[in-house]
Amino acid sequence: MNLPLFKFGAFGDEASLLVAFLIGIGFGFFLEQAGFGSARKLTGQFYFQDMAVFRVMFTAIVTALLGLFYLGWAGVVDLSMVYVSNTYLVPQIVGGLLLGVGFTIGGYCPGTSVVALATGKLDALVFVAGIFLGILAIGMAWPGLEGFASSTDLGRLTLPEVLHLPFGAVVFLVVLMALGGFWGAGALERRFADRDPADRGEEPS
Amino acid sequence: MSSPTDTAHGGTPRAPAPYMNPYLAGIGLGLVLLASYLAMGRGLGASGAFSSACAVVVGAVAPAHAAGNSFWQDYLQAGVGHPLKEWLVFEVLGVLAGGFLSGVIARRVRSVVEKGPRISTGGRFALALVGGALMGIGAKLARGCTSGQALSGGAVLSAGSWAFMLMVFAGAYGAAWFLRRQWR
Repeated sequence: MNLPLFKFGAFGDEASLLVAFLIGIGFGFFLEQAGFGSARKLTGQFYFQDMAVFRVMFTAIVTALLGLFYLGWAGVVDLSMVYVSNTYLVPQIVGGLLLGVGFTIGGYCPGTSVVALATGKLDALVFVAGIFLGILAIGMAWPGLEGFASSTDLGRLTLPEVLHLPFGAVVFLVVLMALGGFWGAGALERRFADRDPADRGEEPS
Repeated sequence: MSSPTDTAHGGTPRAPAPYMNPYLAGIGLGLVLLASYLAMGRGLGASGAFSSACAVVVGAVAPAHAAGNSFWQDYLQAGVGHPLKEWLVFEVLGVLAGGFLSGVIARRVRSVVEKGPRISTGGRFALALVGGALMGIGAKLARGCTSGQALSGGAVLSAGSWAFMLMVFAGAYGAAWFLRRQWR
């Protein structure tokens, strides 16, 4: 089979929009099922009281990574056609810090705020308005920021290249790290479980 | 938008369903991400759709400013014939639909303000606005958010995505102590 389908011309641009919508439904469904439509559930991560963000995220990364690794190894998918965005190291470090601080202040990230909005959270509506304000501000300031945002361009750079290790070895290390993290997450939750646990979707009191 | 959850008057309890086991939800999410890579050769995203919508508004309200600004132009020139007929815009519309579908099934769709017990609704809204704005700025500097960089870039072992992901956790944990009265 020739995968990725779109790259081999299995369907065109118009059909890709339908694929986008269907993939989005799956994305939104599992985010909501995980409880990520709730800011209190999400921020429980940063108080070591509910490590669901770490668990879900790393299970998803490992699942997709193992799938791509084995399907690539079997020759089913051409991994050179899978998009890896360029690394802009310093802007990504600064952007990541801002985004992390914004996560704790606002309670969501962009994707989870959409799911929260879909399930009626009014604070998510305000959060989304904030995202638009932030984008508006950075768009208007772009002529002055473009130089910084395009700095430290390291091109298409992957961890196997950085670590000088084979692809499979890095996949193995990521799986080990995730398993260690899952064990550690449980230990941290037990240690910090002194206060009220994250809600299960009830109305916050 | 609301479902009764009190059982004081008897009748069938209509409490929200418990959340899915996080490892099961993670496998589901990972398979959706894998499907995106196998079908399209690209991963998931979110913040890009907000940028497309923002660019269209700016292009309509201030066309002269938008015409001379490469940030807005990048989004205005994307898409299949129209900047909103764009992959991430349709994907995020799907996220909205999928989140709603899951919320209906689990009886979690109701109009509510999510906040900690110690903060006022106005205070929560102010922080949500500030947090959202920081997200918007951070996601544009990093060329993606938790979906496009941390999750999707993480799964293809992009070095910048992993640096970004570590910094998101660092920033979030670093801010947590100062924000503890909002959430706990």
